[in-house]
Amino acid sequence: MPDTNIKNLTMNFGPQHPAAHGVLRLVLEMDGEIIDRADPHIGLLHRGTEKLIEYKSYLQAVPYFDRLDYVAPQNQEHAFALAVERLAGIEVPPRGQYVRVLYAEIGRILNHILNITAYAMDVGAMTPMLWAFEEREKLMEYCERASGARLHMAYFRPGGVAADIPDSLVDDIAAWCETYPAMIDDLESLLTKNRIFKQRTVDIGVMTAEQCFDWGFTGPNLRASGVPWDLRRAQPYDVYDKLDFEIPVGKHGDCYDRYLVRMYEMRESVKIMKQCIEQMPAGPVKSADGKFAPPPRDEMKRSMEALIHHFKLYTEGYRVPEGETYAAVEAPKGEFAVYLVSDGTNRPYRCKIRAPGFAHLQAMDVMSKGHMLADVVANIGSLDIVFGEIDR
Amino acid sequence: MAEFWTGYAWPAIWIGLQVVAIIIPLLLCVAYLVYAERKVIAAIHLRRGPNVVGPYGLLQPIADGLKLFFKETVIPTGANRGVFIIAPVLTFTLALIAWAVIPVGDGLVIADINVGILYLFAISSLGVYGILMAGWASNSKYAFLGGLRSAAQMVSYEVSMGFIIISVLLVVGSLNLSDIVNAQRHVWFVIPLFPMAVIFFVSTLAETNRHPFDLPEAEAELVSGYNVEYSSMAFALFFLGEYANMILMSAMTTILFLGGWLPPFNVAPFTWIPGPIWFAAKIAFCLFIFLWVRATFPRYRYDQLMRLGWKVFLPISLAAVVIVGGVVLAFDIQSLVK
Repeated sequence: MPDTNIKNLTMNFGPQHPAAHGVLRLVLEMDGEIIDRADPHIGLLHRGTEKLIEYKSYLQAVPYFDRLDYVAPQNQEHAFALAVERLAGIEVPPRGQYVRVLYAEIGRILNHILNITAYAMDVGAMTPMLWAFEEREKLMEYCERASGARLHMAYFRPGGVAADIPDSLVDDIAAWCETYPAMIDDLESLLTKNRIFKQRTVDIGVMTAEQCFDWGFTGPNLRASGVPWDLRRAQPYDVYDKLDFEIPVGKHGDCYDRYLVRMYEMRESVKIMKQCIEQMPAGPVKSADGKFAPPPRDEMKRSMEALIHHFKLYTEGYRVPEGETYAAVEAPKGEFAVYLVSDGTNRPYRCKIRAPGFAHLQAMDVMSKGHMLADVVANIGSLDIVFGEIDR
Repeated sequence: MAEFWTGYAWPAIWIGLQVVAIIIPLLLCVAYLVYAERKVIAAIHLRRGPNVVGPYGLLQPIADGLKLFFKETVIPTGANRGVFIIAPVLTFTLALIAWAVIPVGDGLVIADINVGILYLFAISSLGVYGILMAGWASNSKYAFLGGLRSAAQMVSYEVSMGFIIISVLLVVGSLNLSDIVNAQRHVWFVIPLFPMAVIFFVSTLAETNRHPFDLPEAEAELVSGYNVEYSSMAFALFFLGEYANMILMSAMTTILFLGGWLPPFNVAPFTWIPGPIWFAAKIAFCLFIFLWVRATFPRYRYDQLMRLGWKVFLPISLAAVVIVGGVVLAFDIQSLVK
């Protein structure tokens, strides 16, 4: 009998695939339903953000960060604001820092809601998404009430935040913090102990701590493998060092642990938000340095100096002293960082963006090898991939 | 001539009328099952569901049907045209012809044949051909994988379904569906055969490719599996076939375990309601569970589904046949239910 050559099945997964989370294109080489190789193809959403930022003033660069990981826009702005503040040596007043942390945690919950529910939908449970999106909508309303935009806030600016938040908004957020844990419980009742969900996720896509280091994992994906590394604790920025919160850590590094870590993080985020609301002092929300932060509107009408500042800030922008810095924040997806080089002009010389999703996506092949097609979907879901930040 | 009329023509017309009397309500039920599904799942999801077309969105299924009807039927270049077109027709036809033996009330059945349950089982087993043909003829990888999965899945779950049906038959001592229902006068079989009723219902979920066993059309993995290349009425036939199968499987569950058209208690207020209404109500209850399950559970993975079918359901249903058979023989149950 002559030898027959059995060819593996090559399947194109995406970019127009309902489980591909945006424009992910995976070329899967499969032996039946078993994955031999998963090859992620990227670049379909590349917009040249980093290059565009080089041609914008520092303030004009802020909205680009919203459009990276559009699921939690404010956390990206946070990194850029911190980078500029470090280069320019500006101090943000305490209230501004608290508002930022409050909204950064809202961003984290926004992200985790989307991730967990979309992930649940990928493994076939559709109810969590529709339940939790109501809460997500409320959070987006809070974003809108603070900044005027429900999604692309452009709210965290170098020197503080764009505008102060009214007390009524703070009260509403505080009330929401009381009701939200019940929704987390509801979600858990649908997923955490569900046997089918566990069968689909436990021991799927296991990443050991060493593998996580090798592939550059950060954030919940790294913590699910048992490494308690969280930038909010490891290198605190803004007021995170004054707040009391726990860092959930997984044991096995599988899809289920990644889900559990995110669930727990939402509870911790609510805790942080409550503390922010309690401790938030009165006072200005942006730097008093008129050379960086625009003056209040009414002052502009009365003070010649404020008017000049306003004009200069919104035409030329501000000049940032020569130098370079790396500012990292614990974005919901992991370590999001900006490496900013300034040549002393009003525009960044170089702005390198470190997106956590990019590093996570690399591991698709390692995670999926030997698993079945359905597990690829679970892996993508548990990695929390958003293409805005991967392709930049 | 008179002999022709009395011997052939009138019986033929009479049968035709009976067929119409079954199929028209069935198709209406299928259309409104889609509507009910959207409404029930919407309620579970805390949303509204269809509410724009007609009062309470009641005309939505008709609008959907019209939309599909007027679409272009796209046949992919690489597809095997003949098989591609036959597949949905086959699926839909099979879903309809099984109703010939279903008794909707006492004596209300088109064909009261002695091998009713066997016929039903045979027809539902044939359903896999439509899906297999669609998956193969589409000449697409997603559809092909969907077809393969579906074939494996339906065949596996039929085995345990078959054994459960055998244990019911052992109790009744007849393959006639009306006899099976009449044997449940004293107690519905769901009580004495409880674990089997559950296994049977779960197997019907798998048999109809519904959640959590909807792997052949797993949206997240296979985009929509075997019917991904279909459009227009060809797609609609698959869709209608799937829902007609759901109703059929609920009817089977009702007949085997929930006492068919019999009222829950044989006393005054319950016996006033006619049998067909009880029958419809029980089917509606089963269908509601279909929808409820869909909104609640994630989806099994292919190998897990096979494991459940072969390593859990099959041993249990095999053991059930032995145990039920032993009990029936020892206590002479068959004469009790006669």
